[in-house]
Amino acid sequence: MNVYVRYLLRKFGWYILTFFIAVTLNFILPRLIEGNPIAMIVATMAQGMTDADRQRRLFESFMQQFGLDRPIYEQYFIYLRNLFRGELGVSFGMFPRTVENIIATSAPWTIGLQLPAIITAWVIGNVLGALAAFKKGWFDKIVFPAMLLANAVPFFAMSILLLYFFALNLDWFPIGGGFSPRLMPHLSLTFIGSVVRHHTLPFLSLVFVMLGGWAIGMRSMAIYEINTDYVLYSKLMGIRESKIIRYVFKNAMLPQITGLAISLGTMVGGSLITEIVFNYPGIGMRLFTAIRTLDFPLISGITLFIITGVLLANFLIEIVYGLVDPRIKSAQLEE
Amino acid sequence: MYYIKVLLKSHKFVIGLFVLISIISLAILYPLINTNDPKDLVAMAFEPPQEGLILGTDNFGRDVFLQLAHGTRTSMYVGLLAGIVATSIGLILGLMSGYIGGLIDDVITTFTNMFIVIPSFIILILISVSLDVRSATLLALVIGFTTWPWTARAVRAQTSSLRSRDHVNIAKISGYTTPRIIYSEILPYMASYVVMAFVLQIAAGILAEAGISMLGLGPHDTISLGVLMQWALLFEAPATGAWWAFVPAALFIAAISFSLNYMNSGMDEIFNPKIRRN
Repeated sequence: MNVYVRYLLRKFGWYILTFFIAVTLNFILPRLIEGNPIAMIVATMAQGMTDADRQRRLFESFMQQFGLDRPIYEQYFIYLRNLFRGELGVSFGMFPRTVENIIATSAPWTIGLQLPAIITAWVIGNVLGALAAFKKGWFDKIVFPAMLLANAVPFFAMSILLLYFFALNLDWFPIGGGFSPRLMPHLSLTFIGSVVRHHTLPFLSLVFVMLGGWAIGMRSMAIYEINTDYVLYSKLMGIRESKIIRYVFKNAMLPQITGLAISLGTMVGGSLITEIVFNYPGIGMRLFTAIRTLDFPLISGITLFIITGVLLANFLIEIVYGLVDPRIKSAQLEE
Repeated sequence: MYYIKVLLKSHKFVIGLFVLISIISLAILYPLINTNDPKDLVAMAFEPPQEGLILGTDNFGRDVFLQLAHGTRTSMYVGLLAGIVATSIGLILGLMSGYIGGLIDDVITTFTNMFIVIPSFIILILISVSLDVRSATLLALVIGFTTWPWTARAVRAQTSSLRSRDHVNIAKISGYTTPRIIYSEILPYMASYVVMAFVLQIAAGILAEAGISMLGLGPHDTISLGVLMQWALLFEAPATGAWWAFVPAALFIAAISFSLNYMNSGMDEIFNPKIRRN
């Protein structure tokens, strides 16, 4: 166990360092523009504002929160301190709402879209890929090129095509939004029905594209495993076919499980464009609006939120792998 | 020449190449026939496809088909340049790290692993937001600078396993210089891999450009496929039923991405017999 704790600490240190670098990039990149971006944007925002009191409050809240009158390294420490407290600033575009509040209200939409899509695609894709590898013949000849095609279509192109066929042409589903604009969010069957109907097309466009990737991955891993020496050896030993398939499947699954964990981590950033196509009220749509209105704190808050999710997922994978993968275990012991 | 012959035996490679060449020739040839400026207003807004206007007009009344041809040019250019930059950076860092080893290897590997974990699209967003002026070339360079890590990691792995092979040792004893060893003893063994990675990097570059443009961070000076789709969505082409304003651009991107992926998959089966089924 001692060895594992050391492994854990090393990984933890590495991820903290990576997170630190990501945070620093998040701080520094937007400040590379000439002049002070926040002050500049506040100034441009303020010009368009008729309410003099409001612009002064906006400016002061930023001056105070980010210490814009102080030198850059001090601003950096203030930024880190705010971050540590979970404060990401106040949105320019939706003043006086805080960035963390905006993210908290739009993240559930994105997660509600992505989580079911990722899991559905993963299950169906792996089953199709494994069947294509084991069954061969006509099934493989149809499934594999179809999956290759699905995988090569970018998410947003798939979204646009589904939007065209099922919402515009056939009029089966609404063309966008999270729920019908005539309804207020409340707990009723009509409202839930409306949410489901608006959810279907973005959900399907994500599933179709992701499905292809999983199926291709599973198929080529399984074929690779079938061609290995241990399978041949087991066959020569006369081990039952079903048992060999179990070995093959177990080995081929490992990278797929890693992949699942990684895509759960990249979930929030993975549907940005799909949401824009369907005008879906998640993180992607917020980012789109934030970029158009130069809502700088919101942009930076969203990118940081996405990065944090990805790092966390990767860290969790490494923790679990350190426990289950015998190769990593032995590497720990060697040290 | 030999490799080209082998590649042409792969159906996938040939199909992919055919689709790609058709799209590229359309993008190059059509603007030679129709020499109008794609930004010219030629009719009313959202005119449906008709004679003289193959794909109708967009929200400003501009010729969509002409824009599509110009947009494809820009997108291919961005993808190609981004692919060259990303593959070169990945190759150089991977070779250095794998061949020299030691401290340099540790530093580059840590750096690479970090940028594999931090999503490149997010860094792309952060950089693009910070740029005041965004030209297609600048965008391509930024995409190239954010998408190299996977290539670097793979090249490093192959280099460090090749480094200790006998033929490399013999070259070292014979007094070959390091660049010459890398050029004649190491690169040939991974040439096929690098070409495949390059093909995928082009596709990734085109998709990254489309994605970033749809977010509203695309090039200011030119029309690209992503910019076309962003305009269509921004001006609510779907709500007005003007499918011609956004569906063709989406289909073009899908076809380009498909053809490059198909070529890559065909090459993979040729160069990597383990995943081939006889």
